[in-house]
Amino acid sequence: MEKLVAKGAEADLYIVDWNGLRAMKKVRVPKKYRHPELDYQMRKSQTNHEADIIHRAKFNGVPTPLLYHVDNKNAVIVMEYIDGIKIRDLVDQLTDIERIKLFKRIGFYAGKLHKAGIIHGDLTTSNIIKSGDRIVFIDFGLSEVNSEVEKRGVDLNLMNRMLTSTHYRYQEELLEAFKDGYRVSMEEEAMEALERMEEVAKRGRYIEKE
Amino acid sequence: MVWFSDLISLGIESTADNLGIGIVSSDHEVLANYVKIHVPLEGGIHPREAARHHSEYMGASIKTALNQAGITMSEVDIISFAQGPGLGPCLRTGATGARALAAYLNKPLVGVNHCVAHVEIGRMATGAVDPLTLYVSGGNTIVSGYESGRYRIFGETLDIAVGNCFDTFARAAGLEYPGGPDIERKAALGSKLIPLPYAVKGMDLSYSGLLTSITSEYETGKHSIEDLCFSLQETAYAMLGEVTERALAHTSKPELLLTGGVAANKRLASMVRDIAEDHGATPFVVPIKLAQDNGAMIAWTGIIAYNAGYRTPLESSYVNPSWRMDQVEIPWRN
Repeated sequence: MEKLVAKGAEADLYIVDWNGLRAMKKVRVPKKYRHPELDYQMRKSQTNHEADIIHRAKFNGVPTPLLYHVDNKNAVIVMEYIDGIKIRDLVDQLTDIERIKLFKRIGFYAGKLHKAGIIHGDLTTSNIIKSGDRIVFIDFGLSEVNSEVEKRGVDLNLMNRMLTSTHYRYQEELLEAFKDGYRVSMEEEAMEALERMEEVAKRGRYIEKE
Repeated sequence: MVWFSDLISLGIESTADNLGIGIVSSDHEVLANYVKIHVPLEGGIHPREAARHHSEYMGASIKTALNQAGITMSEVDIISFAQGPGLGPCLRTGATGARALAAYLNKPLVGVNHCVAHVEIGRMATGAVDPLTLYVSGGNTIVSGYESGRYRIFGETLDIAVGNCFDTFARAAGLEYPGGPDIERKAALGSKLIPLPYAVKGMDLSYSGLLTSITSEYETGKHSIEDLCFSLQETAYAMLGEVTERALAHTSKPELLLTGGVAANKRLASMVRDIAEDHGATPFVVPIKLAQDNGAMIAWTGIIAYNAGYRTPLESSYVNPSWRMDQVEIPWRN
């Protein structure tokens, strides 16, 4: 039983049965444009890297899917299937208070990621799932281990852009809630990163206006 | 039938070592595309020497282009020039020529962004409508696509261009200049993949580490030049491929266009075709004559910019060596 659910630039995603558990299988398919040996090395190291970051995030208190199986030779990761609803689709269904609480929590986890030296790389509301009481961060395919302020600012800016474009109705209050949560976990490092986020956003505006 | 055209544009390209004079009509005809290349006696491009070359050959090159096109200067309607990005002294030489022509002949002047011109000539020559563009040359490495009024940059090099990496290695290894063609010929005979640094950072690329590494591998004397060229090419292009593929998946553009001087490389062109095929996009590769830096692309972009209302008054015709392509408004694509 294997069902292809998504085909991205990086990998194909399948829903599979893993010893009786419903699981997500992420397969990095060979790219025929690359030399086979280079292709093999890259898929292997990207697979290791992603598994490592998923684990590292969990170790630092950010909910991520459980890893069931990592087969780096075939560039396959089998992980927990997160049954729930994407934050992207959830926002409009919540009450004012629920929405703000949710984004405080998301900000809190984003801060934990950054504090642990992890840049998510694709921090959007499509990559965070509410599953029961858990808020789970998924898709670490573009993540990297990095503690530079610039990287943090760019990561945060992506979330801000998502709020402005997709959740524009609540952009201001959600951004404030997100920042509140972020400050709690990032402590004294928060201010610099949040300031950089504003700066990165302004670069974009400068481009729009000029 | 030149005189049926609404507009004839003369374009001056002088961003680096090529001095290009192109004459293009508004009905998509390249009437002349003369390129005079400055070949340094030793080392890479010296901006001042290249600028001196351009100013020395400017007049003769314009005459040659006019002869090729079979027209006189009075039949030219607009003067276009590459206003940036590029090497300051070279840009200023081209701009001076353009200003002189425009002022003396009382023709409108249009300053063109060199990177935008590479995309536009690619679209004109291949018929691509809305492509994701991989623009690779000796000076630039940019993945871009049109999005609400601008050519947005999805990924680019953080240090040197891929062509620059090749040229510098070619020089260190005693290969022909420019490096691309010779490296391609040698790579075709290589087979062993030497491990080299692969530097994709998010959506951006870095080639300086690769250059250092391939140069020191060469200096060890352990590898054949064929294997070195093969490994350099495979690694450098795989990096381009990864970023291009991701941008293509992200934007869901229906077309993928390869443009710029490195577009002449057959291995890269075949990679681009493979990537396009995987994502259901149509691949396009700019014809070789229009791939390198040339005047026709400047002339053509001058026409479409002029038709969209662009004019560059003399007082604001100063060059901008670091003019990003995503700073240019593109009203003609609306």
